[in-house]
Amino acid sequence: MTVERRGWHVRMMKLWLPLGFFIFVTLFPFYWMAITSLKPNQELYNRRIMPLIVHHPTLKHYVDLLTESNFLLWTWNTLLVAVVSTAISLLFGVMLAYPLARTRFPGAAMISFAVAATYLVPQPLLFVPLADIIERLSLGNTLTAVILTYPTLLVPFCAWLLMGYFRTVPRELEDAARIDGATRLQVLFRVFLPLCTPGFISAGIFAFTLAQNEFLYALIFLTKTDVRTVPVGAIAELVKGDVFYWGQLMAAALLGSIPVALIYSFFVEHYVSGLTAGAVKG
Amino acid sequence: MAIESASLARPPSSGRALPSSPGARLRRWAEREAIFSWLMVLPPVAFLLALVGYPFFYGIWLSLENRPVAQPGTFVGLANYLQLLDDPAFWQVTQNTFVYTIVATLLKMVGGLALALVMNQHFRMKNLVRALLLLPFIVPTVLSTIAWMWILDPAFSVINWILIHTGIANPGPSWLGNPYLAMASLIVVNTWRGLPFYAITLLAGLQTIPPDLYEAATIDGATTFERFRYVTLPLLMPVIFIVTMFSVIFTFADFQLVYVLTRGGPANATHLFATYAFDIVMGAGQFGLGAAVALAMLPPLALIIAAMAIYMRRRDE
Repeated sequence: MTVERRGWHVRMMKLWLPLGFFIFVTLFPFYWMAITSLKPNQELYNRRIMPLIVHHPTLKHYVDLLTESNFLLWTWNTLLVAVVSTAISLLFGVMLAYPLARTRFPGAAMISFAVAATYLVPQPLLFVPLADIIERLSLGNTLTAVILTYPTLLVPFCAWLLMGYFRTVPRELEDAARIDGATRLQVLFRVFLPLCTPGFISAGIFAFTLAQNEFLYALIFLTKTDVRTVPVGAIAELVKGDVFYWGQLMAAALLGSIPVALIYSFFVEHYVSGLTAGAVKG
Repeated sequence: MAIESASLARPPSSGRALPSSPGARLRRWAEREAIFSWLMVLPPVAFLLALVGYPFFYGIWLSLENRPVAQPGTFVGLANYLQLLDDPAFWQVTQNTFVYTIVATLLKMVGGLALALVMNQHFRMKNLVRALLLLPFIVPTVLSTIAWMWILDPAFSVINWILIHTGIANPGPSWLGNPYLAMASLIVVNTWRGLPFYAITLLAGLQTIPPDLYEAATIDGATTFERFRYVTLPLLMPVIFIVTMFSVIFTFADFQLVYVLTRGGPANATHLFATYAFDIVMGAGQFGLGAAVALAMLPPLALIIAAMAIYMRRRDE
């Protein structure tokens, strides 16, 4: 009995208390986002009302957001850009990763070094020249500007992740297909790629969340309301000078997070394996 | 597996005479290992050269020009860099960036390791907890930072409401208005966002440590702390190292958090290289000077990346 009770105490101290703390800190901002979006203005801007719960919930901010701003258009833009740039990045990622993981050719070491280096180049290093280049190509305020530039962040990442995955796939099937007379392209499309679906899901989910998260290029290249993405639209148009439309901002933040959170919740295991692949196997 | 690639490249009908129409010859040429590989990698390599390689060198060129917005540039040599050396704001930005990066990285490292150790126990609904804990890392940073902006609001901060109603402070501090508190707030939010990445990656690392090592250490009489110090930590070191390098690079070049929460204020106290460069380019319209500020990030980043490369090579040997 005493041993059992002591075990319970230890487990409380070593597991539940610290875990509870981390979960509380992690989730509180999301809770805050949700309840703020449901509060009427007179409750939001009254310091005498206890702020931790909603007293008179209302959907007014959501209705205003959807009717008075271009939120739906921004959501469409964000999803379109994220899907297209993810697709481009997966395609280019395979084109880099397959030869680097499977064949020997002169220059391979140089290319894999260049891909790794590109992965580590942060956006702020390139945004000044890119802004000028986009301007010269007359691509300012077009979604093409971000569809072209997002893959520069995503391709090295996808290539890296896929390369790691490809190395775990046994070669026997490819060798057998080659001996049976299949061309290299046939081997790639009919034998190899169908084996790599989990790798594609990991890389795709990761690229998609990165694309949704991107802000700097979208902020610089997209300055008109009808081409904006959700993060840029929210920051640029729901904050007017010193006036913050807090309810609508929170509604936008919550609704804007839902696509990523949904996809993430379906593929959590793939996401985690992608996240940890680089560091743990490295 | 020792099949020569040259023999593999031969078409199936090798008994008969090889077809020699131009189309067939082209196909055979494209089947050669090196040719096939280069044909594959060429499009993505060209793409990256055009949109990463070229902008990189073009950025260096821009930093040597005096280039007001929408006007042709004039070559000025190192004048932009010299101007930065005399600019107290630039040195403030440098200091801010280092403080921000070092403190936030240390917090993420220690907190992430703690969370990973907590998570490395058996308990129910572990996968659900892990999924929830990763949320700050998944949700677009700008959107979650909007929630933080309201939590830290000068008039309606929930933290201040609690401070006032528990009688600790009245009216409570201005979290983003005081230079030191603003920097501290940014570091906290950055830690909140980046800690899950540390924790989940270190957790994956912890799970690769064979349990018999702990049993052997326990039999040898090692205490819990000694097991951590002499078994866990050394085996986890490679993972900690790589995660830290990634984290340092992306914290050093952070833009979103600062742009949304403080825009570099109050009085440049929270400007980082990225936001300062942005202000100079987008606010003052000085492309050349802005490019120089952005490039000032390069030497520290290059040092970090070189350290990473050397470490990885030593470990592979």
